[in-house]
Amino acid sequence: MSKAITKSGGSRSLDRLLPLLLLPVALIALGPVLRLLLEGIGFGSGLTTDHLTDVLARPSTATALRHSLITAGGGTLLSVLIGSGFAFLVALSDIRGKAALVFCLMIPMMIPPQITALAWMQMAGPSSTILKMLGLAPPLGSPQPLHSAGGIILLLGIQHASLVFLTLRAGLRMIPAELVEAARMSGAGPGRVWAQTVLPLSMPSLIAGGAMAFVTALGNFGIPAMLGIPAGYATLPTLIYQRLVGMGPSVLSEVAVLSLLIGAVAICGVLLSRLVLKRQGFGLVGLSGAPLALSLGRARLPVEIAMWVFIFAILALPLLALLATSLIPAYGVPLTVHTATFNAWIEVLFVQPVTRRAYANSLFLAITAAAVLLAICLPLAWLMERRANRVSKLLDALIDLPYALPGVVLSIACILTFINLPFTDLTLYGTIWIILMAYLARFFVVMLRPIQASIAQLDPAMEEAAASVGARLGRRLRDIVLPLAAPSAAAGAILVFLTAVNELTVSALLWSSGTETLGVVIYNLEDSGETVMASALAMSIVCLIIALMGLVQAGARRFPKGVIPWQS
Amino acid sequence: MAELTFSDLSKTFGGAPALDAINAQIASGEFVALLGPSGCGKTTLLRLTAGFEHPSAGKIRIGGETVAGGGRFVSPEDREIGIVFQSYALWPHKSVFDNVAYPLEVRRIPRAARQARVAEALSLTGLGAFANRMPSQLSGGQRQRVALARCLVFEPRAVLLDEPLANLDLSLRASMQDVFRLFHRRTGATMLYVTHDQSEALALADRVAVMNAGKIRQFAAPEILYREPADCFVAGFVGDGAVVSARITGRADHAGLVLNVLGQDVVSRSAAPEPSHVSIRPESITLADDAPLRARVTSCTYLGGRFRLELDAASETLVAFSRQRAAIGETVGVRLHDLWAFRDPEGEVVLQKALADA
Repeated sequence: MSKAITKSGGSRSLDRLLPLLLLPVALIALGPVLRLLLEGIGFGSGLTTDHLTDVLARPSTATALRHSLITAGGGTLLSVLIGSGFAFLVALSDIRGKAALVFCLMIPMMIPPQITALAWMQMAGPSSTILKMLGLAPPLGSPQPLHSAGGIILLLGIQHASLVFLTLRAGLRMIPAELVEAARMSGAGPGRVWAQTVLPLSMPSLIAGGAMAFVTALGNFGIPAMLGIPAGYATLPTLIYQRLVGMGPSVLSEVAVLSLLIGAVAICGVLLSRLVLKRQGFGLVGLSGAPLALSLGRARLPVEIAMWVFIFAILALPLLALLATSLIPAYGVPLTVHTATFNAWIEVLFVQPVTRRAYANSLFLAITAAAVLLAICLPLAWLMERRANRVSKLLDALIDLPYALPGVVLSIACILTFINLPFTDLTLYGTIWIILMAYLARFFVVMLRPIQASIAQLDPAMEEAAASVGARLGRRLRDIVLPLAAPSAAAGAILVFLTAVNELTVSALLWSSGTETLGVVIYNLEDSGETVMASALAMSIVCLIIALMGLVQAGARRFPKGVIPWQS
Repeated sequence: MAELTFSDLSKTFGGAPALDAINAQIASGEFVALLGPSGCGKTTLLRLTAGFEHPSAGKIRIGGETVAGGGRFVSPEDREIGIVFQSYALWPHKSVFDNVAYPLEVRRIPRAARQARVAEALSLTGLGAFANRMPSQLSGGQRQRVALARCLVFEPRAVLLDEPLANLDLSLRASMQDVFRLFHRRTGATMLYVTHDQSEALALADRVAVMNAGKIRQFAAPEILYREPADCFVAGFVGDGAVVSARITGRADHAGLVLNVLGQDVVSRSAAPEPSHVSIRPESITLADDAPLRARVTSCTYLGGRFRLELDAASETLVAFSRQRAAIGETVGVRLHDLWAFRDPEGEVVLQKALADA
């Protein structure tokens, strides 16, 4: 009996220790944001709500808010349409070449938004190299059609479609094949199975993916900056950026209010999705068996052709346009056999030391962020699902904030927080660590949500069975939860890595000489009018990413099923 | 092996009572079934025993050690209790061997001993040839055996089974019942078996606790439940037959009380001095042409070797067995004997409700 008491003491101590994890997570993820909010209400200069009411009453704020809601909402709708269409067809039907399709669909998300916008702009408008080459370019002086709300919605929708796709397909994988087989045995055809069995069961994932796409679109800076600013169409993130660049740090408090507004909209979106999810929750019992392959019959070939044409339009065309621009000697010069040159590529890859340094910095930051987050998020997600209390629920609701906030705002928040480490004379400002801290805060949710979703769908009996045979909490997490959540965790880690390696908005304000990231270098080149060199560097990064993805793909057989997001 | 004791055990979920002051003792090595309609609290009792839920009040003791209640709570991993889940809860990423070996791995049993014990558990459940399969490659019955082997391998103090046969087809159920019976005989484990299927409970268990609405209505050996039900719910829920209200005539003879049932005076066995109902099992009915009580045949089903008749007698439905087929609408004479009478004033309501549930 005394043996039992000491043993249970050990188990309880881990149960007691684990919630302590919430503290550093809250500090890293929410500390800077909190610091910024305090700045917003006049912390340090006496509490006041003057500029709060002042900023909110301005017509420019209302306009930007309306624009943000229109573009993020429209973009989300488009993402859900594209992402779910692909997810259902890839996960459920018997189309061929699934792996290649998914691989291609993932690529737009991994290209940084500015590059996407740049590439699409190379494809339309009067100075498009590729249109000139084909003789299709509109006359000089005609407007760039993408400089509009519609253009922003289109690119946001394409950029974030893979978020919906990944979340939904992960959910579809968890649906036990027996459920679909049961429906088919009841006499339901593929259409009916989809509408009455698969769709209701996958609704939670679809809503979660949609919420993620909305929050990401809301905070997207690159696309509205490239497409909206020239058209005078400001969203909240670009408004913040313009005020900050135009007026300097004196408007920090004002910018804090604007970011508060974005945060409020993001939280509303997340809470709404939670409300719907709560009503839609199902506990799925049973093993998910072999992947489904409902027959499309004669429609298969047309569907396959349509999907590939679509991929070609959203992926290959813009990249070809970007490639064309990277091969001309100077912007505006038409691309012909005689003008084509690799000068920009050689310059960017071998001559400039700064680009080589940027490669090293970006890879270090991305790998470290992914590894640290992986280690923290697994126990954290378990804690939030299985030992939910008021604190963890609050953190759960707030952890979207650093990701929803525009990167610019998070950067300012990090500067404010880390310029003087509390109780020391140390500063992180100017080092690579401040960028790492910002990445950890920003990408928490990218890693957390997939793991959380997979733990939520795990039959609790799996863990109860392990407990009943004597496995303590630590062992249960390691032996049962970790392997079963590993596919989602790996998907999250790959997402974090690929997002971080291309990140611009956060590092744009946090870099200093020696800690440039790839995003910063591209931006600096572009900003100084070196569109051709920027295109060349961007293309080299696109190649690197596709090569990295290919490398992982080559090792696919060594991973358990589902680890690689683009593999069926 | 250890005995299980529940004293005044109660559990409420958000204010709604799921278990209401359960008192019961299960002897070491006994095979007990918890039987009742869905929502009666039987699974809650099982989960409390396993340690997945904390009781709202009362105590649970295992082999003399208090594991819950009185300020103590021993977590599931320290209770040394095995559980077989309805969904089997096999770990899909581990092979059959690794599933079964896991409890020993957790206990740091050396590899050689581990392999020997896993092999023994697998052969006992007839799975020797499947050690290297993954759970997804097994049939339902085989998964069930793996779950059982995983439980048996670490020699728990008691084994809990949560509707283990609910997901299996009928023919498999019969053979799995044999597996459980063999398992119980070989290991002598204390077993607590939750089911809503009375034939399973009656066939397997040494004693059956019939539960309804968070209470144990009767806890007795199967033959006692059948012959001497405590109230209308148990009489209606367990076994075939009819429950009919009865009037005391005030007379008694050496075999029991004389009661007026369906207008006839019948001698009944009884433990209560003033019974209100009688349980009429099919065996208590003899069809005789000269019997004064007349009944109309409303249904006739062949069971193999005999027919099951439903009879309408004075607006009550009786069940009888017959060697000969009877025509629907035919009138037969019914003679009652060897009835069991009990007192259950609220019986009608409970019975109606139970039948509606079932």
